[in-house]
Amino acid sequence: MITNSTPSSAKRNLIQRLGFGLITLIAMLTVFLILMVVGYIVVLGIPAISIEFLTGFPSDGMRAGGIFPAIVGTILLTLGTALFAVPLGISAAIYLSEYAPENRWTRMIRVAIINLAGIPSVVYGLFGLGLFVIFLRFGTSILAGSLTLAIMTLPVIITTTEEALQAVPQSFRTVSVSLGATRWQTIRRIVLPQSQPGILTGVILGLERAAGETAPILFTAAAFFLPRLPHSPLDSTMALPYHLFVISTQVPGMPIHIQYGTALVLLVFILGMNLIATVIRSRARARRQW
Amino acid sequence: MKSRTTASENLITAIVKGTGYSAVIFVVVIFIFLLSQGLPTLREVPLSNLFSTRWYPIEGYYGILPLLLGSLIVTLGATLIAVPVGISTAIYISEISPRWAREILKPLVEVLGGLPSVVLGFLGILILAPYIRQLLYISTGLAAITGSILLAAITIPTIVSVSEDALDAVPRSYRDAALALGATQWQTIWKVTLPAARSGVLTAIMLGVGRTIGETMVVMMVTGNAPVMPTSLSALFAPVRTMTATIAAEMGEVATGSTHYHVLFFIGIVLFFIALVINITASAVVFKSRKRSERILS
Repeated sequence: MITNSTPSSAKRNLIQRLGFGLITLIAMLTVFLILMVVGYIVVLGIPAISIEFLTGFPSDGMRAGGIFPAIVGTILLTLGTALFAVPLGISAAIYLSEYAPENRWTRMIRVAIINLAGIPSVVYGLFGLGLFVIFLRFGTSILAGSLTLAIMTLPVIITTTEEALQAVPQSFRTVSVSLGATRWQTIRRIVLPQSQPGILTGVILGLERAAGETAPILFTAAAFFLPRLPHSPLDSTMALPYHLFVISTQVPGMPIHIQYGTALVLLVFILGMNLIATVIRSRARARRQW
Repeated sequence: MKSRTTASENLITAIVKGTGYSAVIFVVVIFIFLLSQGLPTLREVPLSNLFSTRWYPIEGYYGILPLLLGSLIVTLGATLIAVPVGISTAIYISEISPRWAREILKPLVEVLGGLPSVVLGFLGILILAPYIRQLLYISTGLAAITGSILLAAITIPTIVSVSEDALDAVPRSYRDAALALGATQWQTIWKVTLPAARSGVLTAIMLGVGRTIGETMVVMMVTGNAPVMPTSLSALFAPVRTMTATIAAEMGEVATGSTHYHVLFFIGIVLFFIALVINITASAVVFKSRKRSERILS
């Protein structure tokens, strides 16, 4: 901390010390909050974790048994979201980064992406219900849920991919073209591989959000109790966030440790994805060729 | 320099171009769809009913004002908590903390930002609500204030990361000049750095507000879900119901095509517009962030 030492500055130094103290206190409050949240769930949830819990089916109206179908459901929904959102998102980002001129049509695309990013998740659920479940007759299904989550995840993937592509130095492209490559060849063989870690990070972070969302799948995919795993994309499915929501609000006599256990599994799933993305990002930064 | 264009190259270009416009197509489709299912409300429900203060769909009362105000009061409470805490934390991370602390704090805040809202709502029901009930001697802990506190927890990471980027982007020369002129670091932060980062911080706040208004699960789980008109600030300590919670709670039970169904879509349109206005304003504020994606991610 830089302090001055003239006589009149004693008061200012005092103010600074108090001010810094206050700010530090508030910042520590934030840290405390985060640690409390994670701590509570970990400490109270671990007793419920066992092989049976993770691989078994629920019984006694959810009050006992395992949460395997919910875990499977979340994985399926996440994969489904990736299936639709990743190719579309990366392709759109390639357009924005490599092809699009700076005119008002491109600006319109960017405004649309900002819009999509800002739409509340429950409005996505509403849209998904109306379009995929009812109008297109997919019913409450993994398909409808994945499509809804995919549109919701699209802005994240487009933006992070575009940034990853932009981070590749222009000189790479220039050299490639000067050696005779076409634009697409340059993209496919130079730009994309170079930006791969960045794209991967963005995709994982986007999917991480999709995995944790409840509102979009409330009416498009989620079922509370399924005696068996889903057979086809047109089946509805259990899902971790939805399961946690229902067992904490709508099942009387729900054992608390099962609630915490479910929360812990969801947390581990989400934070695990976060961790993977962070590791990819830092390793890529170390190995960068520019 | 001519590029060798073959048929396949042209095809790929066309496909990529098409997907580029996909975002626009989706926004338009969503908008049109919401309108198509929501506008019939204006035909079926008289405006005096729609803007009345009773929300009781079973008996035909579709007054959305309690819901609007419920959303507003919860958002207001959350913003009042999240903005000071978030900006302070951002200032701490960017200006005060030592280098090693920064490396721990930034991922930690990211962890908070990644927490699913159900998890926070869940903790709210089990821990925060009873605590608030005891602390404030109110009849139930499921009230607006509980929702505001949890929403603040969700919004703080957004405010912190965008603000921190904004503060980081202030050129070092500004700080150096202020210090050279004899200011303390504290004075520098408040009179030089923060004002310089003003537009970025404002963007952060607006994005936070946008996220708070659109949040569903937390409010559905802890705000009590009573569509009562908040009459004064004391309503902060009573149950309320937000627009988002209404849609989420009642959508599963309406008949497709019924008036209730249309009104819920109408509320969706209102939410769509509020979010639209906030987000466009936030992004129109000129702030060239290096990490534009972080804004959307948060």
